Formats: sequence, C-alpha cells, structure tokens
Amino acid sequence: MTPVTPVGPVERQQWDVIVVGAGGAGLRAAIEARQRGARTAVICKSLFGKAHTVMAEGGIAASMANANPHDTWQIHFRDTMRGGKFLNQWRMAELHAREAPDRVWELETWGALFDRTPDGRISQRNFGGHEYPRLAHVGDRTGLELIRTLQQKIVSLQQEDFRTTGDYESGLKVFQECTVTRVLKDAFGRVAGVFCYDRESGRFFVLQAPAVVLATGGIGKSFKVTSNSWEYTGDGHALALLAGAPLVNMEFVQFHPTGMVWPPSVKGILVTESVRGDGGVLRNSEGRRFMFDYVPEVFKEKYAQSEEEGDRWYEDPDDNRRPPELLPRDEVARAINAEVKAGRGSPHGGVFLDVSTRMPADVIRRRLPSMYHQFKELADVDITAEPMEVGPTCHYVMGGVHVDSETAATDGVPGLFAAGEVAGGMHGSNRLGGNSLSDLLVFGRRAGLHAAEYAAGAAAAEVGEEAVAAARAEALAPFDGESFGDAAENPYTLHQELQQTMNDLVGIIRRESEMAEALERIAELRERARRVSVEGHRQFNPGWHLALDLRNMLLVSECVARAALERTESRGGHTREDRPAMDRAWRPVNLLCRAADGGGIELERVRTEPIRDDLLALFEKEELAKYLADEELES
Amino acid sequence: MSTYDARFRIWRGDADGGGLTDYTVEVHDGEVVLDIVHRLQATQAPDLAVRWNCKAGKCGSCSAEINGRPRLLCMTRMSVFARDETVTITPMRAFPVIRDLVTDVSFNYAKAREIPAFVPPAGLAPGEYRMKQEDVDRSQEFRKCIECFLCQNTCHVVRDHEENKPVFAGPRFLMRIAELDMHPLDAAEESGLDRRRTAQDDHGLGYCNITKCCTEVCPEGIAITDNALIPMKERVVDRRYDPVVWLGNRIRRRNGA
Ligand SMILES: Cc1cc2nc3c(=O)[nH]c(=O)nc-3n(C[C@H](O)[C@H](O)[C@H](O)COP(=O)(O)OP(=O)(O)OC[C@H]3O[C@@H](n4cnc5c(N)ncnc54)[C@H](O)[C@@H]3O)c2cc1C
Repeated sequence: MTPVTPVGPVERQQWDVIVVGAGGAGLRAAIEARQRGARTAVICKSLFGKAHTVMAEGGIAASMANANPHDTWQIHFRDTMRGGKFLNQWRMAELHAREAPDRVWELETWGALFDRTPDGRISQRNFGGHEYPRLAHVGDRTGLELIRTLQQKIVSLQQEDFRTTGDYESGLKVFQECTVTRVLKDAFGRVAGVFCYDRESGRFFVLQAPAVVLATGGIGKSFKVTSNSWEYTGDGHALALLAGAPLVNMEFVQFHPTGMVWPPSVKGILVTESVRGDGGVLRNSEGRRFMFDYVPEVFKEKYAQSEEEGDRWYEDPDDNRRPPELLPRDEVARAINAEVKAGRGSPHGGVFLDVSTRMPADVIRRRLPSMYHQFKELADVDITAEPMEVGPTCHYVMGGVHVDSETAATDGVPGLFAAGEVAGGMHGSNRLGGNSLSDLLVFGRRAGLHAAEYAAGAAAAEVGEEAVAAARAEALAPFDGESFGDAAENPYTLHQELQQTMNDLVGIIRRESEMAEALERIAELRERARRVSVEGHRQFNPGWHLALDLRNMLLVSECVARAALERTESRGGHTREDRPAMDRAWRPVNLLCRAADGGGIELERVRTEPIRDDLLALFEKEELAKYLADEELES
Repeated sequence: MSTYDARFRIWRGDADGGGLTDYTVEVHDGEVVLDIVHRLQATQAPDLAVRWNCKAGKCGSCSAEINGRPRLLCMTRMSVFARDETVTITPMRAFPVIRDLVTDVSFNYAKAREIPAFVPPAGLAPGEYRMKQEDVDRSQEFRKCIECFLCQNTCHVVRDHEENKPVFAGPRFLMRIAELDMHPLDAAEESGLDRRRTAQDDHGLGYCNITKCCTEVCPEGIAITDNALIPMKERVVDRRYDPVVWLGNRIRRRNGA
C-alpha cells in the first residue's frame, strides 16, 4: 500500500538550539541552553521521562568524599584512566572528574533525593574500578531519580516561562515520540536543523536551528544479547556520520559481566554491579570464587589475593585490598566467558552470582529492591535464598562521535555538538560503572552551554527545499518496497540477522577471520536493506520505524567491525583471541570512522594529544611503563 | 523447554473505532506478554502498534489492560494464565486511543505541569543539603513511581468520567504533591505556597474516596492511598477546621528547618 502523500510543504519551526534525545545528557543540555537564553527544542523517540537513562541502577560517580574523606577528583581521574587503559581523551576525563561533584549537588537543589549517610549527606557506594566508595545512588534505581529530577527541572522552567509569556512551551519544548532521521545543513555546510517524523501520526516536520546537540545514547540493539532498550539503534552515531562528522574508538563495546541468562526472553537484562559492590560474589559450578584466578598483571598489587582479605575489605578498606569481583567490567566479563567455555558454567550457560549467603534477607531487599523484584517476577528466583545465574551482555559503547573536550563540538561540522553515550573519548577503551551518569551531566551541561553560545552568534538557520525533499523520499522508501516483488525484505528478519552476526562475529571475544566475515555479511545486509518493504500506513507503525532504524544500525555495526579488525591488540572492551595482549604502541592511536562517498565506512588512524605532565604525575613511573608507548616514555 | 500455542485477542483500531482480533501464537518458557506481542509483530501483524521501551519494568511505557486488569505488558508472565485461556489485551481505557494498544497520555503531562515545582531552601548552597535517611524515606517511596499511569487509568474518578479530568490531577500527581510536601527541605511554605491547599482546591483531592484501586495496580507496590493520599487528606482537614493545628504546624516546621 502506498501512503497518502500529504499536500503542501513540510511544516517548519524555528528554534535556537535543538537537542536530539531526552536522556540524562539531552535534558541536562536543554536545561543549560534554556537557562542561557536559547529557545530550545528537545526531540525524543519515546515519552518524556522514559529514555534509556531511566534504567540505570547503581549510581553516579563523583568524588564528593562523603563516604571516604580521602577521595579527590585526582583519584577519580586516575581510576577512570586505568579503567579505560589510558586510551581516554584525557582532558575529558579530567573535566569529568573535576566537575562531577557539582553536577550531583546541583541535582539536590532541583529536588533529587539520594540515599543518605548517617550524618545526612549523600551516601556513596563501592563499584568496580573505583578506589573509594564513590557512587551516589538511590537504592538500585538511580537512573529513575536522575531522569525524573531533570524532567521536573524542565517542567519548572516551563512553569517560569508560563508565568512570563502565558505559554509553557515558549522557551523550552519537548517533542516526544518523534524521531530525527537527518541532520540538515545549509549551503555553507553549517548545521541548519533536523528532519523528523512524528511516530504517532507519521507526519514529517523540520526544526530549524543553527545548533544541534546529539544526545541519542548507544547502539546495543545491533547485538542479540543486550541490556539496552529498543531506542539504542545508534541513531545519533549515524546522524553524525551522515552529516560528515567522524566517530572515534568504535571498536570498544562494553559487555557487562552480569546479565540475566534465564529464561530466554529476559536474557541480557542487567544485573547491577551494585550486587558485587555490596558484597555479592561470583562462583563457578565447582563453587570456586574463580575471579581470584583472573587478576591481570597490571592490577596485581591492587586486588586481594585471598577470600579472607577480600571479605575484610568491605569493613576495613584502608587496610585490605578489594576483592577481584570488583575488577573493571572487561576483566570480569572475560573471566566469566572463560569459565563457561571451560565447562564450569551454570545450567543455563552463565556462572553463579550469590548474595544470599553474604547478607541477611532484609538487607538484600532494602539495598537491592529492584534486583529482588526482577528475579522474583521474571525468573522465579528468590535472590535472598539462592544464587542468580548471570553472563555477559552487551551494555555500553565507549566509541562515539569525536568531540572537542571542552565544548562537545563535533569534528568538522559547525553547529553540531554531541554529549552522553553517543559521544566518544571520555571512557577510553572501557567505562567504569557510574561514570556514565556523571558523564551525561558534565558534558550535557557543556554541550548545552556551548550550543547556546554558538547559536547566539550565528545567523538564522535556513534549510533548502532540496535537502528536505531528499530526507522525505528516504523516509518514505520502505513503503515502495513492494515493487521489489519476491525480493522485498522484511525489516524484522534483517534486524535479527544483523543482531546474530554482531553477537557471533564481533562480540566479546573477536577473531580476524570472523570480523572479516561480519563485514561481508553487513555489506550483504546493506544491499538487502535497500529492498526493505513495510505494510500499512504511517500512523504508529513499528515495522516502518524499524526499517528506518536499520540504516543506522548497519552503519554503526560496520564501524564497530571495521575498527575492531584494524586494531591488532586487546584492550578494554576490545578483546582479540588472535592478539591477546595489550600493545603499548597502540596507546596513542585513535581510529576515526567516516562515511565514505559511495556508502560504507572509511578508517583513519590519528595520533592523540600527549597527556599533560601534571596529570601523568598522578601515576607511579612503573605503572605508566605498563601503558605508555616507547616514544611517550622517552619524552 | 516447552512450547505451546496460545490464543490471544487484541484490540485493533484507532480513534474512529475498532474491535478485538483473534490470533494464535507460539509461546515459550518464561515469556512475558510483551514477548508475545513482539512475536505477533514479527510474524503476523507487522503494524500492530504497541508502546514499550526498557522491557524490564523500569520505564513504565507498556501499560495496557490484560483480561481487563491494568498491567505492564513486560512484567506479566505468560505462566500466570492457563494454557487454554484466551488472553485479551486492550488499551488503557481512561485515555483516548491513538492506535491499537497505544493511547494518548498527554493528560498526564498536562497535569504534571500544573503541580508547583520543588522550592529550594534559601541560604543553602549546593552541597550543603543535610537530610536524615528516615526523613527522606517517605518521599523516596513516592519517587519510585515509573509514571506508567496505570493508577491514573484505573482511578474511578476519571476512568469513566471525562468531565472530572479538568479538576482532578489523579493519584500520580496528588502523590507528587504529597512527595514535595513531605520533602524535608522543600521551602514552599516559606515562599507562600500551601501545597495541601493546592491539592484540595486546585487538584481535586476531595474527589478521592480512598477505594485504593490505584494502590492495587501500582507495579512498584507504592502504598499510594495509605501513605500519600490519606495523610494528605488528614492534614487538609486539620488545617481547614483547626487553625491552631495549622499554626502549630507552621511553627514546628520553621523550628525544624
Ligand atoms: C540497565 C542499565 C543500567 C545502567 N546503570 C548505570 C549506572 O548505574 N550508572 C551509570 O553511570 N551508567 C549506567 N548505565 C549506562 C547509562 O544508563 C547510559 O549510558 C546513559 O543513561 C545514556 O544516557 P544518554 O543521555 O546518553 O542517552 P539515553 O538516556 O539513552 O537517551 C537517548 C535519548 O535519545 C533519543 N533518541 C535516540 N535516537 C533518536 C532519534 N533518532 N530521534 C530522536 N530522539 C532520539 C531517545 O529517545 C532518548 O530520549 C546503565 C545502562 C543500562 C542499560
């Protein structure tokens, strides 16, 4: 069925700043832009308040030093660099560590209610890779608190606008359940707006503005087993590529060590790291706490050597070392993978995560209420009485849009900014838990600030008719898929095949031949996706939505596979069986992905800026020698 | 792993009308109703409209009515139904249908905007807030709300009474007022805002006759009626008929702050 063509031109509206995405990063950016006087529009695929950030559980990392007075931003910075195996864009890691406490405290002034310490301050919990208890939290629903607080702050700004203008949406408007399919540019190559469709009605519209902030989150829906929601189709990554901005570090995908493995329909759903931070331990089918066997050389001195020492650490962290269950996520995920492979897994192909023998039932229910709930309701498992079964799940992408550390501006497209999970660099090759929520706030604010400043000095945006017509034709193409007859493709089938390909061939452990095969399959899928066909009309049509998302998932998957094939070492969220060691020579090397003219992805190797001396001085020489390339050590 | 064919009846249609359509669809061990809806989309009804997001009971998007009961599709396991039982899914009844299982929930967002925001206390800089855990417990309970709007959907004040919608915020947003009212550092009173009065006069607290339907359907298990609505009603009553209590409350609060 061909859709009815709307008569007349596509509706246009003029704004100063457009924020694509209403998760933590997007909302924080929008608040900042509006507070700096920019008329700001926020666009999001789901309802306001339901972005992926709502799922975050464990907490927000910030060195407020409430739970341990020794904590400082320098130590947070150091932990972040170690977690990322020194590949982090160091200036981002520095700004993040310095500014995170202010961003958390600010939330309290907007009404957030974090869990408290006995003296009434914000409580902080332990997490993998963080030297001190550092994660501000609300039980295990921290993301909900974060997003609701930001949502309510937006509402309060709208109430202010209502009092002065009589219109809630005069200065800040949320377009919910709308999808952006293209960033549009003017004749000079500057950002001029976005092309969108309303999911409910299928209606197209254009928002014009000189500044656009991408805050679209991650890419997990390209993988079969993932903790991510349907929104995670890599839209912002693809929008940036198609607008001409490169992505960085795309080979680094974080597999969280603990996802649910049973029953199949919930496979991948996250089991928060707080379970381990609060005392949960990992065991194999022989009952062994196997993580003690997997402490890598670079971390040997920092982790407990015996169960007794690890157990003492919870009470006395100054005189004992932390248990190896709290190693960075990449290490734990690989260890679980290896145990299962060696035949020491649990009945459903995971390992055991146990809190039931470690804490009283009522403490478990209070500290981990949503985990208790999740296992009880979805798996018939009572975590206060028996262990959980867990295994790795695709969780987070470290790679993303290449941005300027200070301003969040993208590389080479004036007026385009990016913040949050869609931006790359901050986390290097592996993100520490809790460092995403703080990243959203620190760089969301910076992106909003600089987008507003840029917009104030820019000419009014003007999008040409041609660009709009092209975007419209692209979005309508799946309705003409019938013309391919028997060769027409079902979007659901293509999506499933892509997920299987990425899971099997570019997953947690990678091999050269498999990645090469993945690239072939992705190329084939891209061909087939040209013939994708959908039924029905444009009103809330999930098949059509998926058909449009496929373009993005295919582009992003190709970036991941290409960069992974190129980087001939193992580091953080990129593990190659054929190159098992970290290679210091790769430390100062970034891989940039660009959309090639004839379709497909081109790679470029770039050398990173040297780490500032005073930041290097935060580490021991011997430690630096494990990470830095020879020429960096010489200078 | 065992598999069987289940019978489903799903409401299909739009604002102009519609009806129940029958489907037979495969069900596997451990699945939830949302899995079945997704299987239908992938195999039989590619344009079946459903709203969902996290599929983990955290975002509150996939609200609908299953066999007449308001529930989250992602947290309703197939194992709660007998294998020969027909499972009927209809959209939330209190909100206008957009398409199939998707309803227009903008009523809720309009109400959210009418609730006065948190008022930060003067003289406390960011980082200086001090609150005891036991003093934030209650408001934290209310902040567990995932805004699935099932309580709004089930509340009989608006479920079949469109005419009450303009004057009644619904359990979700009356609870929001209670949350702010119980926030240890909210400075509404100091700024001249009486939250309990707004609950009563502007948001229809008086319409609630505490039948607890909202509490029963809350997927987060929040005691909306007992912990939010009833205490607020009591305090409104105190204040209305007993000026001494009212004054006393003010003084206590001031001293406590
Ligand atoms: C289960 C789980 C638990 C987690 N727990 C933690 C934790 O405890 N601590 C921590 O630090 N991190 C945690 N993370 C990671 C963290 O939650 C995410 O990285 C973070 O929330 C991403 O936020 P964001 O603002 O970048 O994007 P999101 O919150 O994902 O928001 C993206 C927004 O972009 C919109 N969007 C996307 N594409 C388009 C488009 N084409 N057009 C219009 N809008 C679009 C979406 O609708 C959405 O509004 C967790 C992640 C998961 C999955």
